[in-house]
Amino acid sequence: MGSFSLDARQGAHDERLDPGAGLLEAQTVEKVLFEALRNGGDFAEVYAEDKRGSSAVFEDGKVAELSSGIDIGAGIRVVAGETTGFAHVSDLSEASLIDAARAASAVAKMGGSGSKVLAAVGDTPLGVHRVSKLPARGEKHAKVELLVRADAKARQEGAAIRQVVVSYADSRRRFLVASSDGVFATDDRVRTRFGVSCVALGDSGFQTSYETVGRTAGFELFDDVSVEEIARVAARRAIAKLSARPAPRGVTAVVLASGSGGILFHEACGHGLEADHIAKDSSVFTGRIGEQVASPLVTLVDDGALDGEWGTCAVDDEGHPAQRNVLIHDGVLCDYMWDRLRASKDRRKSSGNGRRQSYRHLPMVRMTNTYVMPGVEDPDEVVAQTPKGIYVRKLGGGQVNTVTGDFVFGMTEAYLIENGMIADPIRDANLIGNGPEVLKKVDVVASDFAVEPGTCGKDGQMVPVGCGQPTLRVSELTIGGTSGE
Amino acid sequence: MSELSVGAMSSLRGGSGSSRGRSAPDLLETAANLLAQATAGEEIEVYVSRSRETSVRAFRGEVESLSSAESTGAGIRVVSDGRQGFAYAASLDDELLACALADARDNARFATRDDYCGLAVPDGAPVVAVDAWSSELESFPLDGKVTMALELEDRVRSGDPRIREVPLADYDDEIIEQAVVSTSGIQASTRRSWCSLSVQAIAADGSDSVTSSGFAVARNPSSLDSDTAAREALERSVRLLGARPVRSGRLSVVMDARVTAAFLSVLAGAFSGERVQRGQSFLADRSGEQVASDAVSIIEDPTDPEALGASSYDSEGIACRRQVLVGSGTLSGFVYDTYAGRLSGLPSSGSAVRSGFSGIPVAGCRAVRFQPGPEEMSLDDVLRVVQNGLFVQSISGVHSGVNTVSGDFSVGAEGLMIRDGAFAEPVREVTIASTMQRMLQSVLVVGGDLQWLPGSAAGQPLAVGDLSVSGR
Repeated sequence: MGSFSLDARQGAHDERLDPGAGLLEAQTVEKVLFEALRNGGDFAEVYAEDKRGSSAVFEDGKVAELSSGIDIGAGIRVVAGETTGFAHVSDLSEASLIDAARAASAVAKMGGSGSKVLAAVGDTPLGVHRVSKLPARGEKHAKVELLVRADAKARQEGAAIRQVVVSYADSRRRFLVASSDGVFATDDRVRTRFGVSCVALGDSGFQTSYETVGRTAGFELFDDVSVEEIARVAARRAIAKLSARPAPRGVTAVVLASGSGGILFHEACGHGLEADHIAKDSSVFTGRIGEQVASPLVTLVDDGALDGEWGTCAVDDEGHPAQRNVLIHDGVLCDYMWDRLRASKDRRKSSGNGRRQSYRHLPMVRMTNTYVMPGVEDPDEVVAQTPKGIYVRKLGGGQVNTVTGDFVFGMTEAYLIENGMIADPIRDANLIGNGPEVLKKVDVVASDFAVEPGTCGKDGQMVPVGCGQPTLRVSELTIGGTSGE
Repeated sequence: MSELSVGAMSSLRGGSGSSRGRSAPDLLETAANLLAQATAGEEIEVYVSRSRETSVRAFRGEVESLSSAESTGAGIRVVSDGRQGFAYAASLDDELLACALADARDNARFATRDDYCGLAVPDGAPVVAVDAWSSELESFPLDGKVTMALELEDRVRSGDPRIREVPLADYDDEIIEQAVVSTSGIQASTRRSWCSLSVQAIAADGSDSVTSSGFAVARNPSSLDSDTAAREALERSVRLLGARPVRSGRLSVVMDARVTAAFLSVLAGAFSGERVQRGQSFLADRSGEQVASDAVSIIEDPTDPEALGASSYDSEGIACRRQVLVGSGTLSGFVYDTYAGRLSGLPSSGSAVRSGFSGIPVAGCRAVRFQPGPEEMSLDDVLRVVQNGLFVQSISGVHSGVNTVSGDFSVGAEGLMIRDGAFAEPVREVTIASTMQRMLQSVLVVGGDLQWLPGSAAGQPLAVGDLSVSGR
């Protein structure tokens, strides 16, 4: 695994953030938790959040949409027996929080009847990320300049480029989470994202492309990410697709380039390894710990502590420190992912996978940065060793049915492989497979590696995640194209 | 990336049971206070909303989670010297709103001057009073909602011996009040309510497991059809047992109503006047052309009270109206908000939509449907017409496999083979693919039995000839 290195960016001017400072007084937290459990209950938690965001869109040659947002509030949950009660308020005054605590505790009457003495507020694990340039109002000129530069670069790539949309977004999310279990934790997450989408026009009609970068970082992201390069990649992708042939249909070998191919594992098994699906018997991986569920070449990790990646956090949204969890080791299923609720039912510890979209949402088991560890093959050799198949350079989103394990994911830049060489580009299509079957068909894993940002939706909640993998080959996948041979 | 989501209609969770928010007139007052701060040469639009939601989830005979919440917020647009800035606050707190106004003004300073930019102005179009409100929902007791979720779960769990688990059985509701006012003379307020039951069932036979869902939506809880939700979850899951991929080939496809609605809600994006004007739609430059078979008429009608998205006003405060987008196969119109209209030299069609107070308005559909054929064909009738092919009851990967610019369409599918005009063996792990251009031209039959579903589109059985099915 020597080649496996994720960029550890350590600037000289790192700024130690000030996570939960000022969100809530410790005394208020104690009062609210006391109120939440006054009528009984096994567990109470308060989650207070202050999120500020800004975004800008450059479209049709103009800086078109500059937007800012403020979200402040707190969510309170009370667990009594099998029932979770939840309430939230959009201000952080003590009176509002007490109201919300009473509302959440009302479920104690509808659910179980247990009661518990309030635990003392415990240690304070501080969530700390290194961010050298916080997003701030004063930098709008700099943000606009990035948009302008990317637009110009994309348009330079060819007259076929008809539309360019460049987008920038940053957010700073500070929160404090405290519970009757003695958790008292804070985090301060700064995320920055930049994307370029292009529309190209040719004889065969329109083609589109999108390229993005996103990291848990501030404006220093652009110290080592070139917006011109993102624009160039996006524009060339759209132009290349103008000569694309209809994608074939049927079963074929598929080589996935490093990076966005990680979505295959996010869908093929990631969701199925979330303990809530396991507890509800709605995953094909239920009861399979210790079994060989994948090719011996597959080691799958979920790691919320990776430095600066899109799904990275210091503590999860339940205050549990982010950690590295090996889910599949050499093809053997080692563990599932856990949040507090699922872990406590199984009398074990959370794995740091309790996440929520905002204070308005209940936490649940979610992935962070999920990736397959690199192997030993030369990435170029993977294609060379494939006489016939599909080479997928860029993937879009995907979706899984955790009950059957059937999953789809979309190709947004792909080519035919003929005689071990990359040949004609093909049009966008979805690939479909069955998780447990596809995991066993991973037959080559290369030594390169990349992680890409994505947004994962589950039960209506969206959270940022990273997906990563080396270049690898799946010997058989079904490609959902239109061209019969 | 996404995963199976049954209660897709409800992404809202949580909140305080106490309703300490301001009353509806106060929403307008809050907005008016912000407008009063407009300086000379500055236009301001304020969109304010308040929603109250309840969510109940039942699992194995108990309440797994329950939340009841109120959310408020305001989105502020400032246009000054042809430049637009936007900011929102998820609160009606005066101090935070003042911050948002300052942010919106600051944002406007950095925008490029754009002569098409500007707020909506009243157009005098008749306003259709749409009844999208149920007063019953406000007073319906919480334990009644809890009981509905518990009973739904029990009904599905005990409905068939092959049901192994019912992972989700949800009751959800929402009451939404909105107001939009502007210095350009807009003053509009709307309110609507909806509630839903949704349930996911897992059917198993030996090592074979499959899943499907059922749901019901209504304006008020007593109109929710729990029987249909339970029956759908049972029927649709059990009939998939033993499903396998089929051999690849070209087949006629009959889409279930839910699939038609999912297809249509994506297709609707291609009718955005702004995207058409900018060459970001496969329908650009095709106005007046025959873009679909004669069987196809597509209507956008937010004034139809049956539509869950029905509204008297759009998100800029312009009256909503009925529009024919495709008439007997001929492309006849697009949807415009104020900006898209100006860009195209046309008035707004009252089609501004926004994702709540945190979003900037864009042109879009809120209640779109295929016009049912004259004979009001049932699903069975449609199957008989098609005789042989694939019935698709659910699709996956819509966001990754459908492109409204190129028109490429490729999605995962589950369903049943159609043989001799009736359902035959179940199918899973296949894709169906074509282009939207070709699919519209290949529509054979538009069924009756229109169902309004959560989201912006209705569905009914729809038969499309000659799709590429990829399996084994």
